[in-house]
Amino acid sequence: MNNHTILEMRSITKEFPGVKALSDVSLEVTAGEIHAICGENGAGKSTLMKVLSGLYPYGDYSGEIVFQGKEVQFRDIRSSEAAGIVIIHQELALIPELSIAENIFLGNEPTRFGVIDWDYVNNTTLELMARVGLNEDPTTKVKDIGVGKQQLVEIAKALNKSVKLLILDEPTAALNESDSQHLLDLMSGLRSKGISCIMISHKLNEIEQIADSITIIRDGKSIETLHVKNDGVDEDRIIRGMVGRSLESRFPDHTPSIGETFFEVRNWTVGHPTVSDRLVCKNSSFHVRRGEIVGFAGLMGAGRTELARSVFGRSYGNFKSGQILINGKEVTLRSVPQAIDAGLAYVTEDRKSLGLNLLDDIKTTTVSADLKRITRGLVVDRDEEFRVAEDYRKTLRTKTPSVNEGVAKLSGGNQQKVVLAKWMFTDPDLLILDEPTRGIDVGAKYEIYGIIQKLAEQGKGVIVISSELPELLGLSDRIYTIFEGAITGELTRDEANQESLMKLMTASRKSA
Amino acid sequence: MNSLKQIFGGNTRQFGMIFALVALVVFFQWRTGGKTLTSGNMMNLFNGNSYILILAIGMVLVIIAGHIDLSVGSIAAFVGIVVAIAMRDWGIPWYLGVVLGLVLGAVIGIWQGFWVAYVGIPAFIVTLAGMLIFRGANQAVGDSNTVPVPEGFQYLGAGYLPEVGPNIGYNNLTLLIGFALVAFVIYSEFKNRRKLEKINADLPPMWVPIVKLALLSAVILYATYLFATGRPGTSFPIPGIILGILVIIYAFISNKTILGRHVYAVGGNRHAAELSGVQSKKVNFMVMMNMSILAALAGMIFVGRSTASGPFDGTGWELDAIAAVFIGGAAVTGGVGTVVGSIIGGLVMAVLNNGLQLLGIGADLTQIIKGLVLLVAVAFDVYNKIQGKPSIIGLLTRNLGGGGGTKKATTAAPQPAPTEQAVGTKEVISHDV
Repeated sequence: MNNHTILEMRSITKEFPGVKALSDVSLEVTAGEIHAICGENGAGKSTLMKVLSGLYPYGDYSGEIVFQGKEVQFRDIRSSEAAGIVIIHQELALIPELSIAENIFLGNEPTRFGVIDWDYVNNTTLELMARVGLNEDPTTKVKDIGVGKQQLVEIAKALNKSVKLLILDEPTAALNESDSQHLLDLMSGLRSKGISCIMISHKLNEIEQIADSITIIRDGKSIETLHVKNDGVDEDRIIRGMVGRSLESRFPDHTPSIGETFFEVRNWTVGHPTVSDRLVCKNSSFHVRRGEIVGFAGLMGAGRTELARSVFGRSYGNFKSGQILINGKEVTLRSVPQAIDAGLAYVTEDRKSLGLNLLDDIKTTTVSADLKRITRGLVVDRDEEFRVAEDYRKTLRTKTPSVNEGVAKLSGGNQQKVVLAKWMFTDPDLLILDEPTRGIDVGAKYEIYGIIQKLAEQGKGVIVISSELPELLGLSDRIYTIFEGAITGELTRDEANQESLMKLMTASRKSA
Repeated sequence: MNSLKQIFGGNTRQFGMIFALVALVVFFQWRTGGKTLTSGNMMNLFNGNSYILILAIGMVLVIIAGHIDLSVGSIAAFVGIVVAIAMRDWGIPWYLGVVLGLVLGAVIGIWQGFWVAYVGIPAFIVTLAGMLIFRGANQAVGDSNTVPVPEGFQYLGAGYLPEVGPNIGYNNLTLLIGFALVAFVIYSEFKNRRKLEKINADLPPMWVPIVKLALLSAVILYATYLFATGRPGTSFPIPGIILGILVIIYAFISNKTILGRHVYAVGGNRHAAELSGVQSKKVNFMVMMNMSILAALAGMIFVGRSTASGPFDGTGWELDAIAAVFIGGAAVTGGVGTVVGSIIGGLVMAVLNNGLQLLGIGADLTQIIKGLVLLVAVAFDVYNKIQGKPSIIGLLTRNLGGGGGTKKATTAAPQPAPTEQAVGTKEVISHDV
């Protein structure tokens, strides 16, 4: 171990009943570097970070952790934070109803004569916010600032704990392009001040851009550590390490066979659910043809999800005006059941809080959107349910010991397959997929793409909403761009590229 | 121990509760010198607790859907007094009184369901208000007096199965029910086994179902014997019959019907359920309304048993019912719970109550013990969830569960899943038993 090493984890092995989550993993982080950890979902990245941050206390794992030249044995998060290791989780640990300052000092409130010293709190918060480039009133409630800024508050909170090693778990997963860029800039700023970072991310372009070295974990083992500059690492190289082979193409082969228009939305206008004079969809019109994959591009908050959900049985917002035509005939879809009956399916972007009942098992989830189909008389046919779920497990290759498993136990990719199965079982004509590959690793993404293409080949229309432009470009036959609730453009596969999309996704702002 | 689990099926929590129930009965039988398992005491137990158990049936659905109902005791009292007065002053026959009571329960249910489901006020608030409103209504309607009910009505709460057929020294109808129950248990066990055979699950050895059936049959037959040989004029109590029918109906609804599925779905994740086409408002309305109807029924049974309706009927019932449901394995956050589990939970409380009474232990100490039992039962659940560990019994029987607990990380996705063949047959069993 040389002088520049701030952290060394040696032969970490962590077992859960029946499975080795980590086996003999080693990790070495140099002081003042950004060290990325890559691996598919379920590879063991998060487990490793939980070991490091003391969430799995000393004694729960084997192997040793050396931090700043001393072996450490963390009992809990408090003790790792005391040593200067702070972890920021993907799901932010902020309290929405408290102010920025209160959040930063939560659990750590400075007192004078037993009373919280608010002057100190607010002044220090201002300093910290300046360091992370956040310009807000310290007394603003956290719920009133965007996700991007919330992320910055988390980092400010870490800085307040005089952090030496910052761990960021999927820091940009929920951020749009500009917020992501700001965060990455901030990270390199921290690096120049000598704070080391460990970053877990699925966004390989960001890793390529910012990381100094990359440790790849696969199946609970550390495979290799790459030095970005010396080894000439690019995205394909990282993917090869993660999956153990190279993905020739990130998209399966697919020859579209597109039929006539069967689904059309005209002049769709929807108001915000609580703010009465605000519109979330402005006079939007679009159509989908049979066998076509239509992409919806837009920045986060542009109104893509709002548009999709308001079309799907008015499950979002206050409907104002507009028409839906299916096969040329106007239909009114007032509720989700009506939308399902009309042949629509909507797969939400927020799997855990909107898409799944995490208490359910795979088979009950699979049939949950069309129970009538397996009900004989009054009785839900459990045998049929099992058969249906088994069929989908096989065709979608869901990785699970059994369809009796709870969905909570599955990885993101497999959960998404179960959600897709649930909607495929309703035999829809139009599937609206909102961020279908969010939080899903590269290999499983490829499979999801294959499923989407197969659905299109069966003559169904598919709408894909995605924040990842390469994904939209690789998948879609046609792409609509959305900005501030309005459709700003429509590009064919040949016309679309990252630049042309970006322009339209932000166009209104420039022209306005 | 392994075989024990095979015999009693997969749900460790329910298994634990049944085990606790049996242990309690045996304990009290021993401590009271045989006074627990007597005809008279068993009838007492059923008569004195059937209304709580009926409330628990409704309450578990309310709790699964993610709500709570604090008003059931007051509703029971209000319906009781209205029905009693209607029968006394308007002279309507007892069966019309029952109909009136159920209709009144439904109307109250519509009132509460409306506020909870369509206005969106938390059930805690709505039913806390209902608790005050209907208690007050009971005392306003009845002038805080006690109103007696006619004999026909008393049958509902204190009646027994009649004697029919030849006199053989036992109550024939009770015997009939006992035998039918044994036949049904045997039939369903073997039907299940055939079903497992069809999907090629590996079956437990033949002695497992035989031992299981022998034990179950013995318990049922012994209970039948107790109920069929009480003092003359007694047999299986009518409230027990009503309870039994309700358990069958509601277990069926919650397990096998779309409505039942929707209740679990709404309680598990309301937003996900709505986006899957579940009309959550309708579901919430139904469970709240159903609870009030069952509360009305429970109130009438109680009035029938105590031969009169009074101003303090039903005080504290909501807490007994809620306790039964949580002891029976339901989750405070909704989405989890079973009708049968709640009945077992209620029976545990009932046996505890009864046994402590027989031992001459005062009401003060009894309450303390009941409170601790509730706390420990739920703490046990919470502990298991935090630890991600199976219960004590689950630990002892760990190797039976099919071992598929934790998902193993798998490599590159487009390969066929290595677990293709390993459709855990054990899970199939534990589910279907």
